[in-house]
Amino acid sequence: MSINAPAKALSIKDYKSDLHNDWCPGCGDFGILTGIQMALQQLQIEPDKLAVYSGIGCSGKTPHYINGYGFHTLHGRVLTVATGGRLANTDLTVLALGGDGDGYGIGAGYFVGAGRRNADFAYIVHNNNVYGLTKGQASPTLSKGKKTKSMPEQSIQDGINPVAMAIASGYTFIARGYALEPKYLASIIARAIKHRGSALVDVLQTCPTYNDLYTKEWYEGADLPEKRSRLYKLEEKGYDGKVQNPTDAQEMIAKKAAAVARSYEADPIPIGVYYEVELPTYEDAVFQRIPGLAEKPLVEQDVFHRDVNPLLEAMR
Amino acid sequence: MQKNRLTWIIGGPQGSGINASAEVFAKACSRAGLRVYANIEYHSNIMGKHSFYRVRVDDEDVRSYKDKADILVALDHETLTGDGDHRRWATHYGHIGEINEGGGVIYDAEIGFDPATAKRPDLRFYAVPFMEIIKKALEEVGKGEQARRYEVMKNTVGLGASLALCDYPFDLVAEVIRSQFKGKRSEVGELNVRAAKLAFEHVKQHENSKEFPYTLKPGREPKARILAKGYEIHAIAKLKAGCAFQTYYPISPATDESVYLERQQRDYNLLVVQCEDEISSINMAVGAAHMGVRASTATSGPGFALMVEGIGFASITECPGPVLVMYQRGGPSTGMPTRQEQGDLQFALHPAQGDFPHVVIAPGDLRECYQDTFSAFNWAERYQMPVIVLSDKKLASVYTTIDKLELRWPEIDRGAVFTGSEWTAVDAKGPNDSGSQAGHNGNGNGKMDLASVKEYLRYAFAKDGISPRSRPGVKGGRHWITSDEHDPDGHITEGVEMRVAMMNKRMNKLKLLQKAMPEEQQYFLHGPKDADLTVLAWGSTKGTILDALRDLEAQGKKVNFLQCRLMRPFPAEAVGAILRSAKRIVSIEENYTGQLAQLVQEQTGVMIDQRINKFDGRPFSEDEVVNALAKVYDGAKAEPVVTHVH
Repeated sequence: MSINAPAKALSIKDYKSDLHNDWCPGCGDFGILTGIQMALQQLQIEPDKLAVYSGIGCSGKTPHYINGYGFHTLHGRVLTVATGGRLANTDLTVLALGGDGDGYGIGAGYFVGAGRRNADFAYIVHNNNVYGLTKGQASPTLSKGKKTKSMPEQSIQDGINPVAMAIASGYTFIARGYALEPKYLASIIARAIKHRGSALVDVLQTCPTYNDLYTKEWYEGADLPEKRSRLYKLEEKGYDGKVQNPTDAQEMIAKKAAAVARSYEADPIPIGVYYEVELPTYEDAVFQRIPGLAEKPLVEQDVFHRDVNPLLEAMR
Repeated sequence: MQKNRLTWIIGGPQGSGINASAEVFAKACSRAGLRVYANIEYHSNIMGKHSFYRVRVDDEDVRSYKDKADILVALDHETLTGDGDHRRWATHYGHIGEINEGGGVIYDAEIGFDPATAKRPDLRFYAVPFMEIIKKALEEVGKGEQARRYEVMKNTVGLGASLALCDYPFDLVAEVIRSQFKGKRSEVGELNVRAAKLAFEHVKQHENSKEFPYTLKPGREPKARILAKGYEIHAIAKLKAGCAFQTYYPISPATDESVYLERQQRDYNLLVVQCEDEISSINMAVGAAHMGVRASTATSGPGFALMVEGIGFASITECPGPVLVMYQRGGPSTGMPTRQEQGDLQFALHPAQGDFPHVVIAPGDLRECYQDTFSAFNWAERYQMPVIVLSDKKLASVYTTIDKLELRWPEIDRGAVFTGSEWTAVDAKGPNDSGSQAGHNGNGNGKMDLASVKEYLRYAFAKDGISPRSRPGVKGGRHWITSDEHDPDGHITEGVEMRVAMMNKRMNKLKLLQKAMPEEQQYFLHGPKDADLTVLAWGSTKGTILDALRDLEAQGKKVNFLQCRLMRPFPAEAVGAILRSAKRIVSIEENYTGQLAQLVQEQTGVMIDQRINKFDGRPFSEDEVVNALAKVYDGAKAEPVVTHVH
């Protein structure tokens, strides 16, 4: 995404709205919000040129807390509304946010559809394994046999693998972050925003109210004898998911396979960038097909003085 | 003997090119100054099932089809006798029974049909050796052995043979054929002309082709008319109205509009996106409309069933769109995908949860399809709500002459728009300017004196009832939108006063819209004021009813027709007044329950007890309406109508 830096340097405060926040104390959403705001500040994105879209759920409220144009849409449909917005005005930076239920459950079809298009936006998924706003039912990322304190019974459906699903759908930037490491998360989100094409950042997130399985302490490994973290950073283990030569099909397949293999590692869980490739975006394809649209965004096109007479003449 | 009044039918298996020859014939008539009304009936099938195209030609305006035709071209046996021989329950019995006395039947000699079995000694039958003629035409250019590859030219052979009967100038048709095959394909065009000519000569040799009772002459003054289909008109209206963004998911019979627009993308800087489903289509269009472009989509019943959440979302967020053209087809569920029904009026009126404003308008003919689709974009932006244009399969696919000048361009009206620099203060006086909302609402401090706010508020309570809209990218126009109930700044609220104020603000826009809309676009009383019988109807039955009224007038029956067009907001007062002063009322609808009759009862309190309904998936013919109305006129009780089965 091309970024127009403003004249005066923007501080983190410039990305905060003055709305009172109603998330639970200690919610992982705070870390994600901070990570987003830090990334926006790092990139100096003008709030007037920022459109933040969200689905429904606790995560869906995020745009209200960000200073920028905010679109709090429908459950599961965030990527469709964001895509419409993005295609109508390609001058803007588009962020999409949602929960794991929103994106991988009710919105799974749109998650796949968006991957196929590879339009230019960053999609940040708050992945806490539960439906928080309806009081803690199992989400699509909770594994079979697991039961949080909010659930009456164990889940008898298995969890999906968002990274593998993103690879299969065609996302061109796939990363995972951790909500309680906002600085590291911000660096990943900044890369996702800068990436040309559809970028997924799946963020492992705690829900202190309903999810007593995957808590801050669990991620820190407080229960393990060696007290080690249950997370590790991919790049620290020498992993590089970036495709160097996008025209090399073999390299692309190998990198995809490596990313999928890493995504199944359960302990420790890798965070960082799993996969990255530079491929033509949906917008590139549109501009190639309709050259007039490459000149200026759709919203600035003069479409109000069209001559339709040739079409009528053809009907004689 | 009739003069310049002819109905011609060509039938054959799907994929046999009946469309091409029917449209060539229609064009050859329209270009010569005649009026054409052509409609196609086809199965939801790619290849093989029975389809037919009916072309009615007249000197006068024709807006419907007649039960009977004068010439039938049959490319296969089924067209003549139906499919009872290979189906447990026949879907039709062929078209021989639909031919006027003394009419002609042209059929492929290869299909082994014995005219004696038709038991219609009055008809003239012509067994034409279709393949032999094609072969002969190919032999003239040294391609005789390739005849099977050119089998699809049978349709042209049928057309050429027909011209020999009705005596229409062959050259007029040849000219159209040539114009359909330009450039590299001109050679194929010539082959078609040649094959048509050979068929023409073949029939001319028949002794009984002389003095055929149904003939056609070119019109006297060729006018600047065009031959159009409804989906093209909807699409052109969208282009002219400045639509920049169209989304769709393939569905019959709505897809044609989007594919037509797809073809125009380069020339008009329009973006058409094929989506993963209709939920995506509607919401992508909502996203684009909020971004400030005129956005639209098109669908049919099953797709609309998926879109409904997007309609509510667009409405509560006061989105300046989208415009949705809904092509009704036979329901429920998958129903009859390629057949006609006016079955989705009540659905379009009540698509989603809660009370919210949206516009539903149902054009009655192509001119109105144009006007209403164009106006829809103006209303969507001025009143910031989604607009549904209720079209249907019949309007979408009917191929008819319209005067080009009838397509007048209304003005573009983009409504109240915040553009940035000139903004000084917002008339934001709302229900909580006294601070009384404090405590009700976790979002916002509730103590803000909104009258003193000097910033743009997307959902401000403006004096004229409509908050000026902004769009991302505009300096100073920053705002939030949410599918939740919200404050003037677009943040979530559950406060009681704000809820009431926002509901009132949104719903009130319907009144503003209705006040501003020209009355003749809302409803129209056709025919004499002091009629003995008033027909209540809507949508694509308009032309059929107008044609029927002409016949009834000739019978000395005084009937008028109240056409309802704007369904929401509904012009209850005016419609009620007309109906209360009517002597007798009968509704005519192509659905089971009488959905307009229900709406009128609900809105006006006038009971509509007499209802003529048709729900067999086929549109009313002119004769069906004439007969049904004549019976009611003479005192009989209205009954459902079923397409005449032979």
